[in-house]
Amino acid sequence: MNPTTTALRAGWARGRTELRQSFTNGADLWAHFFWPTLMVAVTFFLRDVSFGSSGFLLGTLVLPSILGMNASMAMVSMSQQLTAEREDGTLLRAKATPNGMLTYLVGKLISVSGGLVVDLAIFLVPSLLIVPGLAVGSVGSWLTLAWVLALGMVAALPIGAVLGSVFTSIRSQGLITLPILGMIAISGIFYPITAMPEWLQWVGQVFPIYWLGLGMRSALLPDSAVAVELGESWRHLETIGVLGAWAVIGVLVAPIVLRRMARRESGSSVAERREKALQRIG
Amino acid sequence: MSEDIVVDGLRMRYGTNDVLRDVTFHARHGEVLALLGPNGAGKTTTIEILEGFRMRSAGRVEVLGTDPAHADEGWRARVGVVLQSWRDHGRWRVRELLAQLAASYTCYREPWDADEVVAAVGLTSQADKKIRTLSGGQRRRLDVAIGIVGRPELLFLDEPTAGLDPEARREFHLLVRDLAERHGTTILLTTHDLQEAEKLADRIVILDGGRIIADGTAAELATRIAGEDEVSWTHEGQRRTHTTTESTKFTFDLFRQHGYAISELAVRRASLEDTYLALVHDAEATR
Repeated sequence: MNPTTTALRAGWARGRTELRQSFTNGADLWAHFFWPTLMVAVTFFLRDVSFGSSGFLLGTLVLPSILGMNASMAMVSMSQQLTAEREDGTLLRAKATPNGMLTYLVGKLISVSGGLVVDLAIFLVPSLLIVPGLAVGSVGSWLTLAWVLALGMVAALPIGAVLGSVFTSIRSQGLITLPILGMIAISGIFYPITAMPEWLQWVGQVFPIYWLGLGMRSALLPDSAVAVELGESWRHLETIGVLGAWAVIGVLVAPIVLRRMARRESGSSVAERREKALQRIG
Repeated sequence: MSEDIVVDGLRMRYGTNDVLRDVTFHARHGEVLALLGPNGAGKTTTIEILEGFRMRSAGRVEVLGTDPAHADEGWRARVGVVLQSWRDHGRWRVRELLAQLAASYTCYREPWDADEVVAAVGLTSQADKKIRTLSGGQRRRLDVAIGIVGRPELLFLDEPTAGLDPEARREFHLLVRDLAERHGTTILLTTHDLQEAEKLADRIVILDGGRIIADGTAAELATRIAGEDEVSWTHEGQRRTHTTTESTKFTFDLFRQHGYAISELAVRRASLEDTYLALVHDAEATR
């Protein structure tokens, strides 16, 4: 077998093991259930609130948006895991193994996206029982959901990998939480983007979160709901364009940044970071 | 015999600070070589350059016939690395991780079976435990198991017994000797512990202040540098000691002077440890 095939197979095995570990330990299970459950609760309280004069219920509009937001958060888990595993030497171990970086990355992509799909289901299944008026009966809805999700992942995961390479400590990872919350706020997830000043609408439309939300709404809402969107259109072409652009940039930039980061890893750099981490605690 | 490691005129400089100056040594195939020196001597820098994890400033380095700075993944598969401390993969189970890592070598050669390598390092009863629950000594043995799982021709061990209790250290020494003798693995280890170097290594290279100050077998090092013997005796009820490089002559003079008035005479030969400390001390004095 050639080395790349070997690495891909090992990466697949690695991803599956990580996924299993993530659903068989308490701390991770808590993380998997906490946010989706909270979001189900939010949806529950919004289920009867009507949205302006549109004739739609807020809960119905918010459900697919939350789905889109959660999907884009795979970026954050990717970034956090990369930083944490650089700090504990997992990446250096990968570097010490033949084709280990490729194996590691394939494994990470599988475990993060697999974990995400489960998280989405944890949110979606109970929410579907609570929220009325969704167009979930047709195959077309689910196909749209699938391609939006897939494209969204290809856009979000490389960005996550770049962020994870740039931030060297778990602590500095905390810094990206705030801009991400800001991004969510202007992305029309909980508050319609049409109600924002025009310049903010433009900013919101630069980032993948808005487009993931829009794509999910286009999948799960009835066609008449398009009236509340910008330009009264689901804008599938634009969705593909923006998410695709992020994906292309990510796929081009991420390997360069990752390689640069990996090149600097050595036993002493891992030890140095641990010293620093211990000093912070002590 | 072929040379697995060739280091010739190696230099490493950070800014204006020379960490390694003109380091030259070789390791033959199948040899256990100890890089011995006090903390900060440049041992870890040297070993990281040989592992291909660090760029050098100047000099020639060849590991298994290839410059590690430009080595490919095929070379990587022939080299095992055990760093000073690992704490990765804490959630993985011992056998699970070894099987995972072994899979990466299958396109190059047949790796160790996970169960066999677990047994070889004496972790069979911990095989299904999570790695973060292992004791320090067990973790070290797992690190060696990971280092050898791909059947490397050359194994790097950086401070392998730092932080181990005496019993774990002894077991670890047996494991390393076994690897060298039964599997013919070439081993380069760093240590600041002279007894460890003496016990494990066929040859010792002493590094201090970024220079090599001695290179040879333990016996060669002991004879090459005349250490100071310690002579002690009792004269007129008083206990006295004297250190000298010429203990035989000193004792003869002592008897000639005092005759039967000397009692409880003892001569302690300079140990390799004294030699080592004297060497390091001299090297620091002339720096």
